[in-house]
Amino acid sequence: MEKHWYTISVYSENNVGLLNRISGIFLKRHINIESLNVSKSEIENVSKFTIVVFTHEEWVRKIAGQIEKQIEVIKAFYHTDEETIYQESALFKIASDLLFDERQIQNIIKESNSQIVTVARDFFVLAKTGRKHEIDEMHDALEPYGIMQFVRSGRIAVTKATMPITNILEEFQNQ
Amino acid sequence: METLKAQKTEKKKETSIRITGAEAIIHCLLAEGVDLIYGYPGGAIMPVYDELYKFQDKLTHILTRHEQGATHAAQGYARVNGKVGIAMATSGPGATNLVTGLADAQIDSTPMVCITGQVPRHLLGSDAFQETDIVGISTPVTKWNYQITKASEIPEIMAKAFYIARSGRPGPVLVDITKNAQFDEFDFVYEKCTGVRSYTPAPKPDMNAIKAAAELINNAKKPYIVFGQGVILGEAEAELKALVEKAGIPAAWTILGLSAMDTDHPLNVGMVGMHGNYGPNVLTNECDVLIAIGMRFDDRVTGSLDTYAKQAKVIHFEIDPAEINKNVKADVAVLGNSKQTLELLLPLINENEHKAWRAEFEEKYRIEYETVIKNDLTPTKDGLTMGEVIEQINIASEHKAVIVTDVGQHQMIACRYAKFKQSKSNITSGGLGTMGFALPAAIGAKMGAMDREVVAIIGDGGYQMTIQELGVIFQHNVPVKIVVLNNDHLGMVRQWQELFFESRYASTVMTNPDFVKIAEGYHIKSRRVVERSELKDAVSEMIASKDPYFLEVKVEKEDNVFPMIPSGASVSDIRLK
Repeated sequence: MEKHWYTISVYSENNVGLLNRISGIFLKRHINIESLNVSKSEIENVSKFTIVVFTHEEWVRKIAGQIEKQIEVIKAFYHTDEETIYQESALFKIASDLLFDERQIQNIIKESNSQIVTVARDFFVLAKTGRKHEIDEMHDALEPYGIMQFVRSGRIAVTKATMPITNILEEFQNQ
Repeated sequence: METLKAQKTEKKKETSIRITGAEAIIHCLLAEGVDLIYGYPGGAIMPVYDELYKFQDKLTHILTRHEQGATHAAQGYARVNGKVGIAMATSGPGATNLVTGLADAQIDSTPMVCITGQVPRHLLGSDAFQETDIVGISTPVTKWNYQITKASEIPEIMAKAFYIARSGRPGPVLVDITKNAQFDEFDFVYEKCTGVRSYTPAPKPDMNAIKAAAELINNAKKPYIVFGQGVILGEAEAELKALVEKAGIPAAWTILGLSAMDTDHPLNVGMVGMHGNYGPNVLTNECDVLIAIGMRFDDRVTGSLDTYAKQAKVIHFEIDPAEINKNVKADVAVLGNSKQTLELLLPLINENEHKAWRAEFEEKYRIEYETVIKNDLTPTKDGLTMGEVIEQINIASEHKAVIVTDVGQHQMIACRYAKFKQSKSNITSGGLGTMGFALPAAIGAKMGAMDREVVAIIGDGGYQMTIQELGVIFQHNVPVKIVVLNNDHLGMVRQWQELFFESRYASTVMTNPDFVKIAEGYHIKSRRVVERSELKDAVSEMIASKDPYFLEVKVEKEDNVFPMIPSGASVSDIRLK
């Protein structure tokens, strides 16, 4: 059975401790969380966890089931990369003199569609939003020149299909 | 808290009373029908204990001798009567001592609410005296947990705790309450919880799945039922019996399903799993439709999954969607409460007898009887067997006793041979295998069913893990009957060492104290049996006793439990010797 990238989307109540409860489910099965993002969702007072894992379909299905079982989780979905629109962000801090000494750096900035966020006397900061491999490519291109600091955000994703959370919540209200 | 408030459509205006958080906790417990608590006091829970003192005419608190004992007593109480068991402890070590019981209740789906004291809000995170992150620690072993830091949160959280613990697939809930929240006054109003928007206790039955299940069952030539505790928790015993009888299907049980069906019922074919019966295991791989009801295909039931019931269509009746296709792939999954789904299934089922198929179970039973059971129950050798002790308890208690077992050889033997007529009568630590469970659980079981005979059957190892709870039996004169089957070994581990580690008995030989003297120290009537000739009389005397009674039976030191599916082997490869 082949491993794939999966994006797990968890709609939940916004309660302290739920992150611990959810991460414990991955811990038990020794599955590394490749990226994690927690934010508000399209529904008021409902949080959304976006978790990226690289594993077998069977495992992600079981994990999503065990996440959904948690009391404060409204619904957990999992999707392949093809089923989602997703983005990540990254920041690169680079020595300012490189901008002038290394012509290639300017080409990398242009070709990668990244933005210069700030330029100071000693360093400048590049921001890049895109898919994981695009950020990886930019990182690989800049690395030979020296990256002072690098950080990448968790994936954020929306799905092509609908996620009927509002219906679930309405059903509860009407009971 | 905003979201919790949002869950209420309309809050009724009621007259409130101004009380402390500690008193509010008592009112919450009373409103939920609690009349019995097991626990142990300490600094961070003292305000609540002060209120327990004032309310002692309405609420009995039993001081166990260790917090672990409180959890197992609460579990025994819950398992015997279906109500929520309550355990209470202080912060720090008091709270951490609850963890084993929480884990046991979680894996065996036992409804329990644990209340722990916590250091005051302003000291949280400061490594204060007896501060421990019990919410963090207990997260993987609770169905839900919550830390209350404000008195005003108490009614809503307590109501939610009880609702979650008892609804759907039951489980343990821990509520941690900071000391300031116990002292502070607020306007108390209690409203029972009727729903949590992010939580569906039981999925609604799907008629299409039920029809598909009925069709498979009606067309089956060799249908076979394996039922678990889901039948007991769903109170579906009558529906199970009706299904078994109408369709003529042989039915076997998991260790936690035991007592859901009369053990003498002609269609009750015995136990599945590692030390289960021969037929029920071997024929799992010969049935054409396997009907699993309220069970979760634990590895001790299935052995190797690669060779488990591969020839069969599997129908899985289950309340918890996360259990579907977790271990065994279901061809038809029937989600929902077992009573509801079986009720809907029954009218669709054709009458049948399956005589030839049932005869296969009888044939396998004859083989097992000749090679194993006969020697266990009517031994001809000198040493006493555990099996003959269980048989004498069956006779003396007329199959009416609640049997509470610990973990190990005695547990397997008791579950194999104990006879039951009534549901909720077999109380054991199944999923977690917690040694030390039985003595406190028996106390809880007796207090939860005072009209019933409660017999704890314990090994000499597990007994010494919670032996201090004899203090509770003595102080409150709890008339439980305690049977220690003493082989001076950690018998099950020793058996594995003999079979798989070339008899290297690493740390499994026990030099035991005089158990009779210890029981006498607690003023509990006691007797020791070493000869077969004394056994019947001693067991009769024990059962006839109106008071607590301790019976030690010296059994063969190196007997093994068979049949046995070696760890990781197939159910077909079960060994008879």
